[in-house]
Amino acid sequence: MTAPLLYALAGAILCGIGLFGLLWLSHLLRKLVAFNIMGSGVFLVLVGLPQHQGGQDPVPQALVLTGIVVAIAATALAVVLIRRYYHLSGLTSLTGEPASREGAPE
Amino acid sequence: MIRTLKTLAMVAACVSFSGILALSIWTIAGQPAPVNLPQLLSENMARSGVEHPVTAVLLNFRSYDTLLEIGVLVIAGIAGISMAKTASLEDPELRTSDSLLYGLQRWFVPLMLMLAGYLLWAGAHRPGGAFQAGAVLAATGVLMRLGGVPMDFLRPGLLLRLGLVLGFTVFLLVAVASVIGGDAFLAYPPELTKPLILIIESVLTLSIAMVLLALFVSAPVNDAEDPEEGSS
Repeated sequence: MTAPLLYALAGAILCGIGLFGLLWLSHLLRKLVAFNIMGSGVFLVLVGLPQHQGGQDPVPQALVLTGIVVAIAATALAVVLIRRYYHLSGLTSLTGEPASREGAPE
Repeated sequence: MIRTLKTLAMVAACVSFSGILALSIWTIAGQPAPVNLPQLLSENMARSGVEHPVTAVLLNFRSYDTLLEIGVLVIAGIAGISMAKTASLEDPELRTSDSLLYGLQRWFVPLMLMLAGYLLWAGAHRPGGAFQAGAVLAATGVLMRLGGVPMDFLRPGLLLRLGLVLGFTVFLLVAVASVIGGDAFLAYPPELTKPLILIIESVLTLSIAMVLLALFVSAPVNDAEDPEEGSS
């Protein structure tokens, strides 16, 4: 058990937490945060596993760097879409339950 | 009752997902790596044109990924600004008139621009590069935006569109030029590797910063009570 392997395993746990948040939470912003946690878990696995096997590996690190930038852009786009959806429908979740209308404009 | 069952099922699914993932990580970790990528990389570093391995991978050995990535960014940026209400971009109500903040900004913005330039240049031989520099540049833009510095170029117009697609266009041109020259797609000519990487990195920095800033600005900041957003 080395430190990079611990990172990779923590990444697996983060993936699980993120998946649970994605399934269980109904507010769209929370879903987005949960999705990002899942993505961070994937990044941790991607960096930790090769480092455990053969020392620092720049190839997965570069891929993760690419992934982080794409994740930021995708998150920003998702926030823009969520805000647009909120303005059009007044809902903060996709299910349309009355409970999700809190804070919605009258 | 049904809700409790549902929650339990979800917890079980997520725990088993994590468990399977961790198990496969454990199994893979126990085996030796099939290819020694770091060694392969260090043997070819001399041909890459830069000294830092991550930059070499990003802009030379796996530049196809980077090309596609900037493509994704451009698409996200265009989708973002197409969602925005253009009139709200330069809403005078959003401008703060705090003179202290303004004074602080006048110190910060040049420093951050300099830091972005340094990060871009440092990418050749130490951690740094187009993405970090682009992020700092975008953060500078966000700071200026929040502080109320007018930024007319962010109006969806020619300048913004040019900035958005500049990185992708230049990268694609370089890639296609090497095909026309009879080489593989994205293969730089050996004697031009360093200047080409530098040019691509610079335009990538600009484009990444523009995309992030455009997405930030297009997340509308006007009153939530206004349901008419986007209708004008």
